[in-house]
Amino acid sequence: MTNPLIELVDIEKHFGPVIALNGVSISVLPGECHCLLGDNGAGKSTFIKTMSGVHKPTRGRILVEGREVAFASPRDAMQAGIATVYQDLAMIPLMSVTRNFWMGREPIRKIGPLRFFDFQKANAVTMEEMRKMGINLREPDQAVGTLSGGERQTVAIARAVYFGAKVLILDEPTSALGVRQTANVLSTIARVRAKGIGVVFITHNVRHALAVGDRFTVLNRGRTLGTALRGEVKPEELQDMMAGGQELAELEGSLGGTV
Amino acid sequence: MTEQAPRNKPSATGGTGIVADERVRPISPLRRALIRPELGAICGTILVFVFFFAIARNSGMFAPEGVMNWGVVAAQFAVIAVGACLLMIAGEFDLSVGSMIGFSGIIIALLSVTWQYPVWFAILVAFAIALAIGALNGYLVIRTGLPSFIVTLAFLYILRGLTIFISISTTRQTIIGGVREVAAGDPLAWLFGGKVLGWLFVWLADIGLIGKFVAGPRAGQPVVDGIPILIVWALVLVAFGHILLTRTRFGNWIFASGGDAQAARYVGVPVDRVKILMFMFSAFCATVFATCQVMEFGSAAADRGLLKEFEAIISVVIGGALLTGGYGSVIGAALGALIFGVVQQGLFFAGVESSLFRVFLGAILLMAVILNTYIRRMITGER
Repeated sequence: MTNPLIELVDIEKHFGPVIALNGVSISVLPGECHCLLGDNGAGKSTFIKTMSGVHKPTRGRILVEGREVAFASPRDAMQAGIATVYQDLAMIPLMSVTRNFWMGREPIRKIGPLRFFDFQKANAVTMEEMRKMGINLREPDQAVGTLSGGERQTVAIARAVYFGAKVLILDEPTSALGVRQTANVLSTIARVRAKGIGVVFITHNVRHALAVGDRFTVLNRGRTLGTALRGEVKPEELQDMMAGGQELAELEGSLGGTV
Repeated sequence: MTEQAPRNKPSATGGTGIVADERVRPISPLRRALIRPELGAICGTILVFVFFFAIARNSGMFAPEGVMNWGVVAAQFAVIAVGACLLMIAGEFDLSVGSMIGFSGIIIALLSVTWQYPVWFAILVAFAIALAIGALNGYLVIRTGLPSFIVTLAFLYILRGLTIFISISTTRQTIIGGVREVAAGDPLAWLFGGKVLGWLFVWLADIGLIGKFVAGPRAGQPVVDGIPILIVWALVLVAFGHILLTRTRFGNWIFASGGDAQAARYVGVPVDRVKILMFMFSAFCATVFATCQVMEFGSAAADRGLLKEFEAIISVVIGGALLTGGYGSVIGAALGALIFGVVQQGLFFAGVESSLFRVFLGAILLMAVILNTYIRRMITGER
């Protein structure tokens, strides 16, 4: 077995009297897609924000490639190769694809003492990276607002990959998408995984998780209910664990097993 | 491992399967040309020129001295519009611009005339104080998370009140004159007063392209004796603002800060720094305006700059910027200022009642906002 890219051990996070996370452990291997499942309020968001440096854990250890780290900011996490694509904050719709792609890391061309945004390079790289992800842009200065929701996620993923992400955290990338766009995003995940990047895929949709996941960790009320390998677990079991094994039991018959 | 995957994603197996969405019509070049922030301002500029050329051609409006007349007014609007434009694209407003103009002017006159410091020192102090107040504006907006509209509205009153108080408590009046006399020969004052390229206009007059005074104390001199330095300031600031916004890394950060501050922060854009710097730039532009005005009039008055903040914002909006930030153009804002200058002075040349200017202002503002909303929908694909 290869060594994990990132490992989080017994993470606890308290917000005042509220215990949002109460001992969550997860590890991500190179080239695997690790699905993090959980219902609303299970602590998924808090957990990935801890992983990406937004929150500091109250207790617990974070190990990146075996070394213990403490992220002071999202920038720290990014430098360690942990990139996060947030569901609604991935892109700025009024800005062009190129401007979005390079936001915060713009290439510089010097003319004498002056430093300019190197649009020639930026546009060429953006077009190429988009093409690799299967999106043919009309032009690199087309506004991101003209892209579909799935394409926006893909641009954000391509950006993270291009800037050297080793672990890619995707926060519910499919939750607002239609069937076809979801398929596009899932195939993008497969593409990224093939490069040896570890993907953390957060979702509450068991079907989406089973389509691309290698391992599945279920969160419920701030705790991990264990990690299952692909093939070891049935959709119904995941579903039950997410719901805490209760309320959904009666619905199963009429809903055909999965939600 | 992946044998299960294709079942769930039938349409995306090919490498470029996502490419062309057949429901998105290709965009015509014309429509693409329309989708730019300056569009409204370009149309407006053409319309305004055609209109005044039709009704006021023989009034001297388009003679050299007439051009200088509305050119200076347009330049005044442009100087403050550049600052307001970059700030608005960064997602914030500054309503204290007008009060800042009065405040900086009084500081310069007070220091140089009343307290007899050198003029260059007075100017530097005014700029330093203005930049500090701009930074304070920005800091308060960032730290409190309040809308900049409210924070700078507070400073609109605070600065105006302070200006009148300082002026009256030190000199017992609200106008301080005599700046021109103390500014003569000053190493810095020339940068804000007087005219440039005088020799060019003498030459133009000599070859007969522009007229000369035939009588009076200035007989024999060209009717236009140079380009007012304020116009030079306007051109320099517009060029600087445009290049900064469209051609540099910092410009991308301005767009990002106004487009979605949180998304920008997540990718490492120093949003707070960008916004505070833009508040300072807005204050800088207001002080450039104030200094030029003080040097031109030779005096400072506590009521100078009244309503200028709104005129700056209107110029910017006519120029195609969105009030919500993240989108706009410095060139557009400059054209908005030009429309302003031409109309304000053009109504005078055409002999139209000047109160109609405000009617025009309100009407064109409304039209610009409606057009901008429409263009925004085209860009973002919102319904």
